[in-house]
Amino acid sequence: MAIEAAEIEKLIREAFPTADVTITDLAGDGNHYAANVVAEEFRGMNRVQQQRAVYAALKGKMDGAQGELHALALTTKAPD
Amino acid sequence: MTDAATTDVQAAIKADVEGNDVVLFMKGTSSMPQCGFSARVAGVLNYMGVTFKDVNVLADPDLRQGIKDFSDWPTVPQLYVKGEFVGGCDIITEMTLSGELDALFDQKGVSYNKEAAEKIREANG
Repeated sequence: MAIEAAEIEKLIREAFPTADVTITDLAGDGNHYAANVVAEEFRGMNRVQQQRAVYAALKGKMDGAQGELHALALTTKAPD
Repeated sequence: MTDAATTDVQAAIKADVEGNDVVLFMKGTSSMPQCGFSARVAGVLNYMGVTFKDVNVLADPDLRQGIKDFSDWPTVPQLYVKGEFVGGCDIITEMTLSGELDALFDQKGVSYNKEAAEKIREANG
């Protein structure tokens, strides 16, 4: 099961409308992506909370053995 | 999973997390990791001489799902220090390179090899 970069970006943007989102396809197999998310909403959150929020935005695309998205290398921060 | 199985798995996870200073839920074992992300975190801990309990989530499908429910975190590996969820591969990598992992271990009284940690940072420029 694969997922498109655009869909990941859409899901993240829906949850963080003002965010600066960059998705990089790591392996070309629709399963390994890197996402860099810079969002005002992250201000005051630690990394675990920030990344939990992004995973929540992906609405279960990640979890489970047959999760569509096997690996998402996440880097998150609030704008400087 | 039946409710009984769920509570058993959650109880077993809780016991591991609270019963050990450092616990790494991973795919495979620390000597035989079976996933690049798990291998990276286990490798950092081994290189830094940190004593930790490794729990192989591939050995039990209920555990593989249970750990994600326990921490509300969809991926493995997952590192716990003194009962607290610290993060997955990305966060541990960032914390290792920034020195935050050293600070956390200092703060929580977990022994590790400081020179080894410095070497990791030097090697990753």
